[in-house]
Amino acid sequence: MTAALRQDAAPVAAPARVPLVSVEGLTVKFKGGDGSIAAVNGVDFTLERGKVLTILGESGSGKSVTLKAMMRLHPARKTTYGGKIMIGGRNILALSERELVQVRGSVVSMIFQEPMLAFDPVYTIGHQIAETVVRHEGVSRRDADKRALDLLEMVQIPSAARRLKAYPHEMSGGMRQRAMIALALSCRPDLLLADEPTTALDATVQMQVLVLLRQLQREMGMAVIFVTHDMGVAAEIADDVAVMYAGRFIEAGPVGPVIGKRLHPYTEGLLASTVHGASRGERLETIPGSPPNLAKLPSGCSFAPRCKYVEQRCRETEIPLFKPEPDHSARCLRIDR
Amino acid sequence: MAYAATTTPAKNRDPRDRGGEAQPLLMVKGLLKYFPVLGGVLNRKVASVQAVDDVSFDVAKGETLGVVGESGCGKSTTARLLMRLIEPDAGSVIFDGEGVGEQHGLSVRDMRRSMQMVFQDSYASLNPRLTIEETIAFGPKVHGVSGKEARDRARALLGKVGLDPNLFVRRYPHELSGGQRQRINIARALALEPRLVIFDEAVSALDKSVEAQVLNLLNDLKRDMSLTYIFISHDLNVVRYISDRVLVMYLGKVVETGTVEAIYGNPRHPYTRALLSSMPSMDPGKRTTAPALTGDPPNPINPPSGCRFRTRCAFAEGVCATVEPRLEIVADAERHAAACHMEIAGSGHTKAIPQLAPQLSGAVA
Repeated sequence: MTAALRQDAAPVAAPARVPLVSVEGLTVKFKGGDGSIAAVNGVDFTLERGKVLTILGESGSGKSVTLKAMMRLHPARKTTYGGKIMIGGRNILALSERELVQVRGSVVSMIFQEPMLAFDPVYTIGHQIAETVVRHEGVSRRDADKRALDLLEMVQIPSAARRLKAYPHEMSGGMRQRAMIALALSCRPDLLLADEPTTALDATVQMQVLVLLRQLQREMGMAVIFVTHDMGVAAEIADDVAVMYAGRFIEAGPVGPVIGKRLHPYTEGLLASTVHGASRGERLETIPGSPPNLAKLPSGCSFAPRCKYVEQRCRETEIPLFKPEPDHSARCLRIDR
Repeated sequence: MAYAATTTPAKNRDPRDRGGEAQPLLMVKGLLKYFPVLGGVLNRKVASVQAVDDVSFDVAKGETLGVVGESGCGKSTTARLLMRLIEPDAGSVIFDGEGVGEQHGLSVRDMRRSMQMVFQDSYASLNPRLTIEETIAFGPKVHGVSGKEARDRARALLGKVGLDPNLFVRRYPHELSGGQRQRINIARALALEPRLVIFDEAVSALDKSVEAQVLNLLNDLKRDMSLTYIFISHDLNVVRYISDRVLVMYLGKVVETGTVEAIYGNPRHPYTRALLSSMPSMDPGKRTTAPALTGDPPNPINPPSGCRFRTRCAFAEGVCATVEPRLEIVADAERHAAACHMEIAGSGHTKAIPQLAPQLSGAVA
């Protein structure tokens, strides 16, 4: 299996290869005005080189928080991390600020939903890419400029030499997103984190960026963690899918089984409420209610208040992870039967 | 066909109906809006954004017209022009037989009573200092309904959109979730008992599970209150689900229109085909290997000459750069029309039918 949850409490099987990323019992808590908010409540997964893990979830499920935790991007004073994040043999949560700066960009890098906010508006695209290369690899400015040009060509920006001198506001949304991918890949990271990079793009441009990302990922052999709320996008890019709800992975496995043979009622509801072609005029199946308040999570299964199969025992105990298939797991007591 | 499908028995006729069943609720002709681009030393007009360029369409009574297109294609500007939130440069809007803003026609104020709009950003479109009850009752009060009656109406509407009036009337927008806020916006739009509601990306910002709840609500409300919808969205799945007819826009122009079955089943314009094949497949076994279109939509400040899609079109030929294609009917029964030289007989495009009997080809009114 490639990237999936390890069964809780199961002994670690000696892996043939050490995975690039391994996350164990990750928790993220924020100090807020009214007590602490438990945004991530125990996430475990491993990810090998050359694989794409998609984290699927609705707003407030903790998917972006998990992603930012992989680079420790949350404000240090307000955030409490727990568990362990190993990337390429380094424990991210134990690194000093200085070591962290080295890791960011060269080992792990990230692309965001809104590239306009990720670029500095007063420098050209070429300057910003070259700056990153000089900073991390210590090459000359001339070499860095050359590299920036290669990168823009790699992400298929037309007339790349001219675009190097463009400012972020002079580019269209799709072009900016390509430029940000170029920036993120400038130091050949082992792991690329993508936080809804295609959500703000038009349908035709979204597909261009997805095809490009998949191609680059294959050529460079990178691992990618791709966060999205769109099941269709997940089906286009993922090797493995993890469905997140209230700060936990409630189902995980290869993309085919998770979409085709879903185990958890939430995944089922999410698929049923996604509008498909043929359903015109029919009533859409919905998940009643809304996601739980992360400041006061219900006891037991956090999906229980919205679940149509809920039983008394769901509310009583923490739901362990069940594995009906070796690489497909879910947190639901119905699987146990 | 849309007209026949929406015919209602005489006893159920809406008392507000003035033009009769065959009269489209909304007729839009030649709508045009160019925004000036100012610049230079004297801040004069140096160019113009051709946001909406000669757009014409009808909306029959009781139907849902879906409008799709990429950002910058003019779909939201069209909605704002219909509501007169922006003054059009040219064109006429006829609401149930009466010209909007014309002499002896319907005043803009009366039009807004019959036509309401729901916006994408549910938070920005609510006044943070008004309670939910005040928000919904505001419109009716402005239009002369007494305070008590307006508040009663607000409570009744809250029930209709699936929120308990006793729990919500005293709350403020920041206390609600996105889905609840969008329900409030829908209730507010319905407070004046409109006949046409325009939804401008109204479900785009919602989570999938909440989006499905709101779409069900829209279907229920349409049936119960005999409404007509214009539904603007970039989500082709949602438009397919909710619409009877679809309008596809590109760079300020209508490129194709027809019933949902015609547009999704037999798209004729290359842009519509590209748009449809850009929908994620939901099947990991059938991934898209090559994007249908390259590049971004061109700048609407200086749109390409002739056919505006030609710069991204795989079939573009000489004629596409020189002659602008008219919106031509391709299948009369489905009111299916496309603006492409390949569909226009005798246009000069190599893929077009050489020549057709003249009475069969006619531009859409």
